[in-house]
Formats: sequence, structure tokens, C-alpha cells
Amino acid sequence: MSAAVDLATLWAFIIAFAVFVYVVMDGFDLGLGILFPLFPAKADRDVIMNSVAPVWDGNETWLVLGGGGMMAAFPLAYAVLMPALYTPMIAMLIGLIFRGVAFEFRWRTQRERNRWDLAFAGGSWLAALAQGIALGAILQGVHVEGRHYAGGWWDWLTPFSILTGVSLAIGYALLGATWLVLKTEGALRDKAYHLCWYLLFAMLAAIAIVSIATPFLHIQYAQRWFTWPNVILTAPVPIAVAIITVLLLRALANKQDSQPFPLVLSLFALSYAGLGISMYPYIVPQSITIWQAASPENSQFFMLVGVAILIPLILGYTGWAYWVFRGKVRGGYH
Amino acid sequence: MSWANSWGLNAVDLARAQFAFTMSFHIVFPAFSIGLASYLAVLEARWLLTGREVYLNLFNYWLKIFSVAFGMGVVSGIVMSYQFGTNWSVFADKTGPVIGPLMAYEVLTAFFLEAGFLGVMLFGLERVGPRLHFFATAMVAVGTLISAFWILSANSWMQTPAGHAVNADGQFVAADWLKVIFNPSFPYRLVHMVLAAYLTTALVVGAVGAFHLLRDQHLAGPRVMFSMAMWMATLVAPIQILAGDQHGLNTLEYQPVKIMAMEGHYQSHPDGAPLILFGLPDQSEGKVKYALEIPRMGSLILKHSPDAPMAGLDTVPRENWPPVPVAFWSFRIMVGMGLLMFGLGLFSLWCRWRGTLFQSRLLHLFAMAMGPAGFIAVLAGWITTETGRQPFTVYGLLRTAESASPLATPAVGSSLIAFVIVYFAVFAAGVIYLLRLMAQPPHPGEAGPPSNIPARAAGITPAVERIAP
Repeated sequence: MSAAVDLATLWAFIIAFAVFVYVVMDGFDLGLGILFPLFPAKADRDVIMNSVAPVWDGNETWLVLGGGGMMAAFPLAYAVLMPALYTPMIAMLIGLIFRGVAFEFRWRTQRERNRWDLAFAGGSWLAALAQGIALGAILQGVHVEGRHYAGGWWDWLTPFSILTGVSLAIGYALLGATWLVLKTEGALRDKAYHLCWYLLFAMLAAIAIVSIATPFLHIQYAQRWFTWPNVILTAPVPIAVAIITVLLLRALANKQDSQPFPLVLSLFALSYAGLGISMYPYIVPQSITIWQAASPENSQFFMLVGVAILIPLILGYTGWAYWVFRGKVRGGYH
Repeated sequence: MSWANSWGLNAVDLARAQFAFTMSFHIVFPAFSIGLASYLAVLEARWLLTGREVYLNLFNYWLKIFSVAFGMGVVSGIVMSYQFGTNWSVFADKTGPVIGPLMAYEVLTAFFLEAGFLGVMLFGLERVGPRLHFFATAMVAVGTLISAFWILSANSWMQTPAGHAVNADGQFVAADWLKVIFNPSFPYRLVHMVLAAYLTTALVVGAVGAFHLLRDQHLAGPRVMFSMAMWMATLVAPIQILAGDQHGLNTLEYQPVKIMAMEGHYQSHPDGAPLILFGLPDQSEGKVKYALEIPRMGSLILKHSPDAPMAGLDTVPRENWPPVPVAFWSFRIMVGMGLLMFGLGLFSLWCRWRGTLFQSRLLHLFAMAMGPAGFIAVLAGWITTETGRQPFTVYGLLRTAESASPLATPAVGSSLIAFVIVYFAVFAAGVIYLLRLMAQPPHPGEAGPPSNIPARAAGITPAVERIAP
């Protein structure tokens, strides 16, 4: 293995890490937006908004790191995937605009508050569906010729990508509900508990259906999952999902507020690991590997220095910000 | 898309229109929030040092405005970071190894810093105490400046590429990172842009102060903010004019064709070029019609010698001409705004010296009219520098027409329409909310950005702090 190979693999992990942090952190923000229509009372909505108002901007920054980092570390993959995912990406950006401004705008108007509440919910739905659809579109593969995307602008739309879109929205909603369990009290928390039950079973169903459908997309996925030695990696995944599900059911039944959220995060981590096993070492499935897409070594190394120093620092002060706003969000106060 | 085709627009034109449109909306928010973040840090520092309530009130007043403007900057900025891939994928593939890392460093050193401390800055004063809170405010301010550093480095590299090589796949790669980052136009552009952001904010703060002083010249908060803003205009406007001049000389050295476009120099002038004040550049005929010009003044300004020869666009192949009318006029608008700012600064200094800073209605009306001048100047300056770089994305090396994604015209046209509708709906509402906040004077005991703390009891309007006449 040359040094370049090591760097590309390392960068694949860094980008994957950034995207994962984005998915879990903005996931619960978006999940709150998805659940927003179920909480019509203004007081509840104020608490829900305030539970993420101090951190949503930082959460979204991981998306910029994922996109920007990909352009820098794997420019070819960025250049092929973005046009391939054109419509879902534009939809996601527009969804994030509506969702993001709603955090500020809804406090600025009495008369138009409902409008921005709608923007918050609609934007969250749009962004979540678009991200899930983009994931499905990547998994099913895109048409590449030379260094360009060569497909049409509706290629992404298939039953499989719709399935992954809906699945991700369900997953985000579950994350959002468990976040509310963690951060709120009283009737609001009880309602969130109630939602967790439905959403957990919906998410487990979604994981199962996507897992069954994925090997049918490409024979390579099936081979990767079920052949030796990869099976050592894939076999424990369903077992771990089962164990976490049991723990989750128990936490929900016993109303242990602090447990459901981290447990759902681990469900996400397992699903994400499954995805990683399916894709590696391709960054554009079946066409471009991480080594083919990689920037020159000196670009990747130049950034690696920054990542090594700054990511721990970022995690440190981000953790501090969460710590400052720790605990339950009470009506009338942060 | 039939309407696009019937206007003779192709996917590249539409992608350019989309970048210009989304960027024009985006750039005004960072320009404002860079300056405002620093202003907030100054206000909080003065509150901590003097203990005067008026500074805390002003801090909370502008903090609310900052939070709205910053949110709009964030969401419009994410669009920019993905647009390189969606509409300009060939550009992204070819330049990713060079400018990608610069933008990644922007995210790592600036965006996270701003976002990480923003929550504490907005909502955390009571939770962390004043000192730690000031630290958070300072970190947000520093973050905005670091952000300007990296993004202007990337932009400057596209204008004056340096320190690079080209690999077998046709990608630009870095040969020397320091030369890439500190490329020839970067220091000038950075200074010019940061000063522009400070001036833009000062003019907005000054206009808001003037608006309230026109109604009541004894209001404590508006007096303080107006005085601070006018000091900024007085001191920074002349520095900005000098910095702009230096930036222009740098452009003359590294991008002479851009200067030809800005000056309307279609023809070469072997014995001294005139300064064309106004006129109508005609790109197809290659001359400026109805030109009002001062002989030899152009050479005097740009070469510091009235007889210095200056080449014109007649020495440049036509396919490499930038759109002269756009660069010519946007440059004049920017310079005009700069001179008006300089005038405002001088006028305020004169009023200050005469002791009528808070009384002169003329000054206050002038300052109010100048409220948007910074935004206009920033946009005009940006249009000048970006159109002056055309027809290239990487100056002289990569043509704009060869940078776009292989997308069908309808795809780019549809997304353009979607962005236009969404931006006008969302940002128009945001601007209305900002103006509504500014229309209120700062109150004693001014609250920070709203959490779900119940609003003041209805019917009780708090008194306004006034300075005894």
C-alpha cells in the first residue's frame, strides 16, 4: 500500500464521519420539523424550537464540511454526483433555506407565525426526503462516462430512492421524538414517548425493507454482504440491531428519558456501517473508487493537517455549547 | 425549456445567471455580519469596561438584528457551497484539488467557530456570565474574519492563479500552498473587502441612529451608535479609497484586461490614456460612445505619469473580451458610493467639530440616505471584479463556457426559477423583519434575541433612555 492509498482511505473515513455527524445532529433537528404538525399548540412549538435554537447552525455546518470536504478530497466524485443528484440537491437546499430562516423569522411576527411554522415543517420534510432520495440514488448507481455524469436529470427517481427517502424521514422523526423525550417535560414529553413507539416500529420496518431491497440492486452488494470474509462484518449487524431494539423497548416502557436518544443514534450508526460495507471502496457505486476520485496527495495531506488539529477542537467547543444548554428546556426559559 | 431557448439562452448562461443571482443575495449578508460581529464585540467590550448600561442595550439591540441577518447568510451560503458541484461540475473537478482545501479550511477554521459560539452569544449570557459570553462574541467576530480570509483567498486564486501545476487528468494541483493562498491579488482583495464590510455596517448603524435622532435627538442609544458609526465613516472611507487604488494597481499588473474593461479602454493610447468619466460602451463597435473624458488622466492615475502608454482591448482577441458595459458601469457605481461615503465622513466631522452632530437634520437625512450605500458598493464592486474576469473562471486558464456541468437546459432553468421564487419570498420577508427591528429605538433593559421568555406585559411600553437636553 502506498501512502496515497492510505490517505484516500483515511479521507473516505473523514468524509463518512462528517456526513454521519451531520445525519445524527441535523437529523434530530429535521425530525423535530417533521413532527411539528403533530404539535399544534404554540407553547409546545416554542419549547421544541428552543431545544435546538442554540445548536442547529452548528449541526448544519457538518453538511458544508461533507460537501466542501468531498470537493476538496474527492473532486471527481463531487463533480459526478452533484449533477446526478441535481434535483434532490436543489430540493434539499430549498428545504434547508425554509427550515433555517424559520428559526429566526417565527419570533419576528405574530401575524405570520403560522406561515413560518409551516416553512419549518415543510422545509424539514423536503430536506429529509431529498437526502434519503439522494442516498438511494447513489446506492442504485449513476451513469458515468469519462469524468462526467452522463445520465438524465430524472434518473434518481426510482421506487428504491423513494423508499430510502421515506425511510430516512422516518428515522429522523424517531431521532426528533427521542430528542424531545430527552429535553422536555410533562405532557410534551409524554406525547413524544407515545410517538416513539410508532416511529420505532416504522423505522425497524424501513431498515428491514431497505436491507432486503439493496442486494437486489446489484449483485455486487449481495456478494459483498454474504461472502467470506465480509460476512464477519455484516453478520453482527442484525444481531446488534436486535439487541438495541430490546434496550430501546425497555427504555421506552420504563420511561428512562436519557436512554432512547443515544440508543436510536446507535441504530443509525449500525445502518450507516451497513451502508459503508456495501459501498467501500466505491465512492460512486460500481463506477468510481475512492482512489480514482482522490485529489492529489498534497491536497489531501494539506487538509489532513487541519483536520487532525481542528476536528478535536471543534468537537470540544461544540460539546461545550451543548453542555451550556444541557438539561430540560422549560417553558419560559432555555 | 422553450422560453430559455427562444431567448437564445443555453445551460451555461442559465448557470451563470443562477450563480450571479444566488451570490448577489448571499454576499450582502456576510458583508453586513462581518462588520456587525466586530461591532457587537466592541459594544460588549465597552459595556464590560465602562459598565454603562447603554452599551449593553445597544449590544442586545444589534444582536437581534445580527441573528436574523446571520441566519439568512448561513442558508444562502450553503447553496453556494453545493452550487460548484451542481452547476459547475467541470470547474469543481478541475479546481477541487486547489480551491477545495481552501474552502475546507474555511469550514474548519471559521464556520464551526461561528456556529459553535453563536448559540452562547445569542442565548447564553445568563448561563455563562459576562466574561465567557464576551469570549463567545469575540470568537464569532474572529470567525467571520477568518471566513473572509479563506473565501477571498479562493476567489483571488481564480482571479490571479499562482503556485499551481496541471496533472494528467487536467486538474489544477498545488505546487506551493503558500503561493496558492497568498496569490498576487489576495492581500489587496482581503483588505478591500473587510473594509467594505466594516463600512457597510457602519452606514447601516449610522442610518438607524440618524432615523431615531430625527425623531428625538436626545435618545441615548441612537446618539452613541450614530457617533460611533460616523467615526467609522470618517476614518475608514479614506482608507478604503486608498486600498481600492492599490487594489486597482495590482489588477493593472495581473489582470490588465479587467482594467481596460473598467476604464472603457477599447483603444490603445500610446501617449497617455484619458480618464473616461461617463459614456456608453458599445461592445459590438468596440468604442465608448458619448464619452466624457479628461485627457491623460487615466495614465496619471494608473501609471502615475500623464504620458505613459496604455494598451487597450484592441490588443486582446475579441473572444477574450470581458463584457465592458457591465464592468464599466458597476465600477463607476462603486466609486461613486465610495466618494459619497467619504463626503458623509467629512460632513459628520465638521458637524462634530461644530457640536451639531446630534442636531443637524441635514446630516441625519444624508446618513439615512446612505444606509444602503455599502450594500450597493459591495455588489457593484463584486460585479466589477467577477465580470472583469470573464470569459474565464480561472483567469486565462479555464474558460467559463468549459466549466459548467453537462446538464440539460431545462434542469438549470427550473432550478433558477425555483431559487428566484424562494429567495424573493424568503429574503424579502427577512428584510422586512430587519427593518421592523431597526424602526424601534433601543430601550433601557433591551432584551436579547427571544427565547420563549414571555414578552413584556401588554400595554406597558418601557420608557426610552434620554440624555437631558
